[in-house]
Amino acid sequence: MDRDCCLRVFACEQNLLSRPDGSASFLQGDTSVLAGIYGPAEVKVSKEIFDKATLEVILKPKIGLPAVQEKNQEQIIRNTCEAVVLATLHPRTSITIVLQVVSDAGSLLACCLNAACMGLLDAGLPMKSLFCGVTCALDSERGIILDPTDKQEKESRALLTFAIDSLEKKVLMITSRGSYSIEELQQCIATSQKAADKLFQFYRDSVSRKYSKS
Amino acid sequence: MQIVHVLGLSVYIMLQMAVRAEQRVGQPVLPGDVLLMPLQEGEQEEEENSALLALRVPSQTRLRMTCGPGLRQRGGSVLVTRSGILCHRIPVLYWVDSQQKRYVPVKGDHVIGIVTAKSGDVFKVDVGGSEQASLSYLAFEGATKRNRPNVQVGDLVYGQFVVANKDMEPELVCIDSCGRAVGMGVFGHEGLLFKVSLGLVRKLLAPQGEIIQELGKIYPFEIVIGMNGRIWVKAKTTQQTLIVANILEACEHMTAEQRKQVFAKFSDNMM
Repeated sequence: MDRDCCLRVFACEQNLLSRPDGSASFLQGDTSVLAGIYGPAEVKVSKEIFDKATLEVILKPKIGLPAVQEKNQEQIIRNTCEAVVLATLHPRTSITIVLQVVSDAGSLLACCLNAACMGLLDAGLPMKSLFCGVTCALDSERGIILDPTDKQEKESRALLTFAIDSLEKKVLMITSRGSYSIEELQQCIATSQKAADKLFQFYRDSVSRKYSKS
Repeated sequence: MQIVHVLGLSVYIMLQMAVRAEQRVGQPVLPGDVLLMPLQEGEQEEEENSALLALRVPSQTRLRMTCGPGLRQRGGSVLVTRSGILCHRIPVLYWVDSQQKRYVPVKGDHVIGIVTAKSGDVFKVDVGGSEQASLSYLAFEGATKRNRPNVQVGDLVYGQFVVANKDMEPELVCIDSCGRAVGMGVFGHEGLLFKVSLGLVRKLLAPQGEIIQELGKIYPFEIVIGMNGRIWVKAKTTQQTLIVANILEACEHMTAEQRKQVFAKFSDNMM
């Protein structure tokens, strides 16, 4: 708990694209993701849900076509967003989140989640709370590494990514690889919740900056 | 032990975040922020004692609060669902003013639509929402079953929503309740239609907004502003139309002083 959470430098820009309804680019160290949000927009009849909005996430890799891994991550991001977005307020519409990986230097899924949240904020879609993504790597020598780089990810024994909501700091999503004990999991959650506080403060600052202009 | 500690932390954070609504007016709020309902006059002193105590005050003693866009009631408190500036109007009307691009139809809004199809006795109109609005051919001034209005696909219409809710197809009309057009109907066979953010439209149409009046002193021009972020302008020449459109687009991120400077520069050039 007393471990100081050292995230890499993060930065964000909102409303940088003209065509989508909301857009954001999120940087974590050298990892960068660009998000474009469309919605509430027209929906295909085959995908229409009569009592809520259809949420769709498209993850575009830096090079090549999306493969199984991207599809898996799309699903993870979609489920996280669905837990937070108040989709029942816009029934029979579609909300599309397009995420373009600009550069991947570790903690990509966390960066995607952060970009998606900033994009949703910019688009002004109704949400119960904010969410953020935090990645923890477990190393045999150094314990928990927050927001690991590519190299640290490869060297780690286990890698855990959490999505945390801002209202009660609850865990919305966990995805992991490698082996870890229950205590380590709890430590990781506690560390991520601390890191989430920093990220939410950053969200608040960037939104304040956006609205100070008008 | 760890989990108990973590839970204790999260509850503490929640209590800390719950702020009285009137203290946050004019400040940016984010989804997930919890606001406490405003208190009645007599309750103020009691409130001073402890923030924790205020949470347990039964809600019937509080004033009835009206939540506008971006706010949702949740038990005795109000949950923010959209990012933006918290606004307040007397007595207890609160809403979040946010900058958006996508329009969601609202009953009573005046919008600019593009006719996309004619089917039987209704026109389909694109208003920029998630669904096309319907516009009956009888909803024009002087229209009868025999005397149909002359509306073609691709025409611009300025109308008002009479039906707009999340579960139904939105419906437009081009007459008021007395059957008069009052400015609504088909328009704009010349001129320029462009899209701006919904925040800018609200700024232009605000009662205390002076942008249009100030701009009118430079050039005479015709303008139609729809709440759905569409603006149509027409000035004497194409060049002047484009200038007006560009100035309006640029007004979004200008303060009143910056705007006055720009307008002054234009007036000088005109002389």
